[in-house]
Amino acid sequence: MAPNATARLVLQASAALAVVTVWARWIAPHVNPYQLQVINYIGINVVMAVSLNLINGHTGQFSIGHAGFMALGAYGSAAITCYGGPHLLPWLSGTLGLAEGTAKALLLNGAMLAGGGLAALAGVVVGIPTLRLRGDYLAIATLGFGEIIRVIILNLDVVGGARGFTDIPELAGTFWIFLWAFVTVAVIARIVGSTKGLAYLAIREDEVAAEAVGISTTRTKVSAFLLGAFFAGIGGGLFAHNVTYLHTNMFTFMKSIEYIVMVVLGGMGSITGSVVAAVVLTALPEALRAIEKYRMVMYSMLLIVLMLTRPQGLMGRHELSFAAIRRRLAVRKGGASVAGDVP
Amino acid sequence: MSAPVLVVENVTKCFGGLTAVSELDLELRSEELVGIIGPNGSGKTTAFNLITGFYEPTRGSIRLGDKRIDGLRTNQINRAGIARTFQNIRLFPDLSALDNVRVAFHVGVRSGITSRVLRTQSFLDEERRIGRAAMELLERFDLARFALSSARNLPYGEQRRLEIARALATSPKILLLDEPAAGMNPTEKVELARLIRRVKDEYDLTILLIDHDMKVVMGLCDRILVLDHGETIAQGTPEQVQRDPKVIAAYLGADAVA
Repeated sequence: MAPNATARLVLQASAALAVVTVWARWIAPHVNPYQLQVINYIGINVVMAVSLNLINGHTGQFSIGHAGFMALGAYGSAAITCYGGPHLLPWLSGTLGLAEGTAKALLLNGAMLAGGGLAALAGVVVGIPTLRLRGDYLAIATLGFGEIIRVIILNLDVVGGARGFTDIPELAGTFWIFLWAFVTVAVIARIVGSTKGLAYLAIREDEVAAEAVGISTTRTKVSAFLLGAFFAGIGGGLFAHNVTYLHTNMFTFMKSIEYIVMVVLGGMGSITGSVVAAVVLTALPEALRAIEKYRMVMYSMLLIVLMLTRPQGLMGRHELSFAAIRRRLAVRKGGASVAGDVP
Repeated sequence: MSAPVLVVENVTKCFGGLTAVSELDLELRSEELVGIIGPNGSGKTTAFNLITGFYEPTRGSIRLGDKRIDGLRTNQINRAGIARTFQNIRLFPDLSALDNVRVAFHVGVRSGITSRVLRTQSFLDEERRIGRAAMELLERFDLARFALSSARNLPYGEQRRLEIARALATSPKILLLDEPAAGMNPTEKVELARLIRRVKDEYDLTILLIDHDMKVVMGLCDRILVLDHGETIAQGTPEQVQRDPKVIAAYLGADAVA
């Protein structure tokens, strides 16, 4: 590894350590359970909004099926920890001699990866037939798909059916939620920021021109659905193991709309925007509880005002990152170092 | 003369009852500059769309070297070595000029998804290489100062040049230019003609170009193909074509010949 790569790694590791320390020593002791729950939801919603942004914002494929992918990840991973957990945990800690915490972490993450995989598979299944569809038609097809998933789960008695899925072990705390939120943001930002990842943006910008410069629009679109759905599945897994109860009513298309609002409000194609919008739109309804009766009225009003004043979203298509700032400065100075920088 | 690089043989394209291109025969030899002219609706752009795979020919075959390319998808044809520009400029408007060119390098990228996510050294090196190559292209086309501006904010002439630069980034053997001089003033047209010549020589390209502007085509092309109502009505050097009564008739009406 090159010296500056090592330096960067050390810097990142110490930054992460600092965040965890500040949280654990100064913030966590003053947070009540209700506030903590809101914070956890923020983390989960960041995962959901950023993953949807890859499909809707970066690739420009308007999907209203995100709650469906989330449901698959949630139910899939919960089924594994509920039914597999009692067998797997003793084996992990007994036979392999792992500490209880490690065993639980392994179980949680294994289950979530499996749930994410299931959602990714569904993403490919939705992606392939919907390739020919654009705009409104794609939106309706994905909407239908999300509902199909929900109704199928509703009729599966092993995962509780209409009663809901109860007694899911509470494995995903604030730590795992934010670790995964971080992983989601990092992975998607890095994929989209690379030369290969520009293909997603190119498809959003002009599909015909994208084909003409050698981009396989089919493969790229399917991979956007695959990745987006995978992280939605992870979000679902975190949700399931944080809330410990699942019901299909939690995954109606209104849920998908909530995430679309986050993506649009943050700015289509801006990861920073999605993160900010996920934080604001999760915290805002809670902050408005003070005015009780008019809470949702105010919330809707704020959305309308925001869309009227900033139709391109909070961040437009911009990102907030050190690399972007550095590049702007380099250009202002007239340096040719632009080309060498990896955004 | 060298062997032909692109052979279009007997290609016909029908849309329902309309024959947009009929029995088109065209051979491009290495490093030739060939023009297609013809009145509006004569099938010039359809011919381009057939060669680049946007349409599949109803009949006939298209070969690039020894490989048949009719029926391949557009992106596969691009990978095989044919790049194009569009009549009504099709850039990626919200991407920067640099990213417009960078994305065209994406076919050659070797870093897999893991190395992209982990930012391995080989990935970083590759990205740097691509960034530099893209920047070099921009410099050659005198676009370097627009590197970070959104493509939509570039002046018209610059957008045309950027589109050519982007096409070149896919390292084509054959470049198809669809009305590159459209909407330009006479000075810009002269500059463009110079640019096309230079690009052809520097990149050892074979160029096929459509244009309405007789001056541009006549001054630039080694050979010209004239289409009218989908039929090839004349073929030859600029001088031959210019004197052809059928061409004059097509452009000025049959009365003008008499």
